[in-house]
Amino acid sequence: MALALVLAACSGGASEESPQTITLMAHDSFAGGVTSATFASFTQETGVEVKVIAAGDAGLLVNQAILTKDNPLADVLFGVDDTFLSRALDEEIFLIHKAKDINRVAPGLVDRKHRVTPIDFGDVCINYDKSWFESTKLVVPDDLDDLRANLYASHLTVEHPATSSPGLAFVLATIYEFGEEGWLDYWADLREAGVNVATDWNSAYYGDFSRYGGQSSMVVSYASSPPAEVIFAAEPTDTAPTGVIEAGCYRQVEYAGILAGTDYPEVAAKLVDFMLSVEFQERIPLAWFVFPANQDAELPQEFVDYAIVPEDPARFSASHIAENRDRWINEWIVVMEG
Amino acid sequence: MGRIRWGWVAVAALPAVFIGYFFIYPVARILGLGLAELNIGASGLDARLLRIAGFTLWQATLSTILTLLAAAPLTWAVSTYEFRGRRLATALITVPFVLPTVVVGTAFVSLGFGDSIWAILAAHVFFNTAVVVRTVSTLWSRIDPHLEEAARVLGATSWEVFRRVTLPLLKPAVAAAASIVFLFTFTSFGVVLILGGFEYATLEVEIYRQAVTLFDLPLAAALAIVQLVGVTGALYAYSRYQERKAVTWTLERTSNRRAPSGAARALVALSVLATIGALSIPLLALVTRSFSGEFYRRLFESDPVVGRPISAVGNSLLFAFIAMGIATVVGVMAAAVITGRRGSLSRWFDLTLMLPLGTSAVTIGFGFIVALGWPVDLRASLWLIPIAHALVAVPFVVRSTLPTLRSIPAETREAASVLGASPSRVWREIDLPIVSRAALVGAAFAFVVSLGEFGATSFVARPNTQTIPTMIFRLLGRPGETSFGMAMAMAVVLAVLTAGIVMWIDRAQVGDIGRF
Repeated sequence: MALALVLAACSGGASEESPQTITLMAHDSFAGGVTSATFASFTQETGVEVKVIAAGDAGLLVNQAILTKDNPLADVLFGVDDTFLSRALDEEIFLIHKAKDINRVAPGLVDRKHRVTPIDFGDVCINYDKSWFESTKLVVPDDLDDLRANLYASHLTVEHPATSSPGLAFVLATIYEFGEEGWLDYWADLREAGVNVATDWNSAYYGDFSRYGGQSSMVVSYASSPPAEVIFAAEPTDTAPTGVIEAGCYRQVEYAGILAGTDYPEVAAKLVDFMLSVEFQERIPLAWFVFPANQDAELPQEFVDYAIVPEDPARFSASHIAENRDRWINEWIVVMEG
Repeated sequence: MGRIRWGWVAVAALPAVFIGYFFIYPVARILGLGLAELNIGASGLDARLLRIAGFTLWQATLSTILTLLAAAPLTWAVSTYEFRGRRLATALITVPFVLPTVVVGTAFVSLGFGDSIWAILAAHVFFNTAVVVRTVSTLWSRIDPHLEEAARVLGATSWEVFRRVTLPLLKPAVAAAASIVFLFTFTSFGVVLILGGFEYATLEVEIYRQAVTLFDLPLAAALAIVQLVGVTGALYAYSRYQERKAVTWTLERTSNRRAPSGAARALVALSVLATIGALSIPLLALVTRSFSGEFYRRLFESDPVVGRPISAVGNSLLFAFIAMGIATVVGVMAAAVITGRRGSLSRWFDLTLMLPLGTSAVTIGFGFIVALGWPVDLRASLWLIPIAHALVAVPFVVRSTLPTLRSIPAETREAASVLGASPSRVWREIDLPIVSRAALVGAAFAFVVSLGEFGATSFVARPNTQTIPTMIFRLLGRPGETSFGMAMAMAVVLAVLTAGIVMWIDRAQVGDIGRF
């Protein structure tokens, strides 16, 4: 059955009727950034409207797609990342599709079997409050080891890996950096030195970060947060109030896939192609504050000026994460809360 | 006799179909799916889960008791006395109830509360005070003053009058409010996650973790059943209590508030100011931050990322009015059915209607997407949003109308029947005038439940329509001073709307009774 659908999707058979609308299910943060302009030229070219369904966070999105595998809610899914990708691939919810511009994507981001198409990536990195470091005359730490010192760790807020996606990404960065034998000792040192753990990004950034009145001058956020601080500053400014520590970053990639139960695999494939096209890709930075996967897409000036793309961010394969995630989180909990 | 029974069935049909199709069926489907694969031996049903269940029960009980105590002074003041600002005070206290947890959580964290059991309990009291004040004062304000006067003439002190006369009459309403606060805190999710961290997981948090993060549906289903059993047990105990304590006496049609004088004046002022003051502390931080830039103006401008934020207000109001309509009709019909017939059938009907409030939102949300694809595909339909809100709101309508309906002596209805009135006429002439005030309190809660996006909607695929809470969440999801300031401004808009509309509903005219 799945095979037949794959063939149908690849053969480009003329039997498929073109629908009036095609449905895209995505996580809430993507759906919230969709405006009438987002898919306008897709509709113009194909005559097909795009209906967007918001399906909660990334975990809920994938689980709902699996639960409705036989009677899908949508034709295309967007927003699955490496941490949930294995679950979706194991359940075979996607049709194979090699997107038109896939050769314009850095090979490291591409799924070799083309079950999913990379659309964007973002780097989770520690951000720091520039004014705090200026007033205390402290040097900004430049690697993860520096953070073991009380002086720094007691001013760092991280998010909980069980409840927060950047929280898990940062834990993965420490595993990448210190290896299976050293990462738990690292966290034991951070705990000893007084690191603060928040539940999610919102309460870490807007509750604990000194820029918003909290106690921590460093917080786990994204490499693209400084441009957002400039764009959404209360008064126009040309300097970012926050900076990014380039060491200890973790790269998250978000993928789109054609849902196997779709009645319109061809149009669904066109929508995925559109999402990887330069036109759509150039919308990505300012709408969702992540980086376009297509290397031909030009970055907006704010990103060129204030964002940082770390040179060698940490990254694990989806299957490696799937095999170890629960164990890692449980071990982390024992060290941090035990 | 047969005629009456058929009438009962007809009135019962709508609430029964509503709860059956939108709650029992979806929940049964998803639990069945999970349990089919459950392997008790291999699953992690261990000491940790027992601890979580114990903590859930303990914190909910303690939160309920603390909320009852914290709400008592204000409830007394607004029930007994008429004073300037009384309506405003009862409307203002509903504001915390509707605010998104993420907003209140950030305010609590920035005030230095956080990661403690005290923060969780304080937040539960903060959110639920309105439930107690509004549910209890509906009944209290209409106790026949002659009862209390008679006791006083017989030499009882004020305290004795309260303890021996007033309190026994209030017990059904207090128990009704307590049952709702208990269910709300028993299934607490956002508050526990944001303010307690991972250490203080409730069953609700653990169900989410198992179902979403780990995708262990069998274990999540087992936990959901533990949660349902706990909730059912608590509700059963409550309904037995309610039946034992139900006292019938003639409620006054209008309220009997009097102007406070002397020492009472000072006490009333103290109760009102202290309660409103305490609830305002987290709100003040929010208001201050919303005014630290031109954030309100920006709500009306087109933001490149989220569009015009203020446009979410229209969507929220539309959903809230539809949800309120559904919940009020279903809830009042259900309450009429429950009072119309004593016995175990009606007790279980009542209990089932309360369950959505005590069932994890993930369970209901996943149930929706596996069950509601047929005969009409309601999944991801716009209608599902007000329906999901109404599911959570019906218990409020039932709980606020039942104590009042039960207080109508059966003889009154019988007398009317003997004189030839049809059952529907008895209902219209006797029950409706008395119950409508209480139904309005329930309706106001239904409205507020929807405005605050309670229930399964945040856990289920929905059309991409922004409401006020999703817009706040969206703004809070990106860095930058204006993002944060606009989110705070939006939260203040939500607060003002809530207070304003609750005041408006409170003043509404009902039937021929005129203004309350």
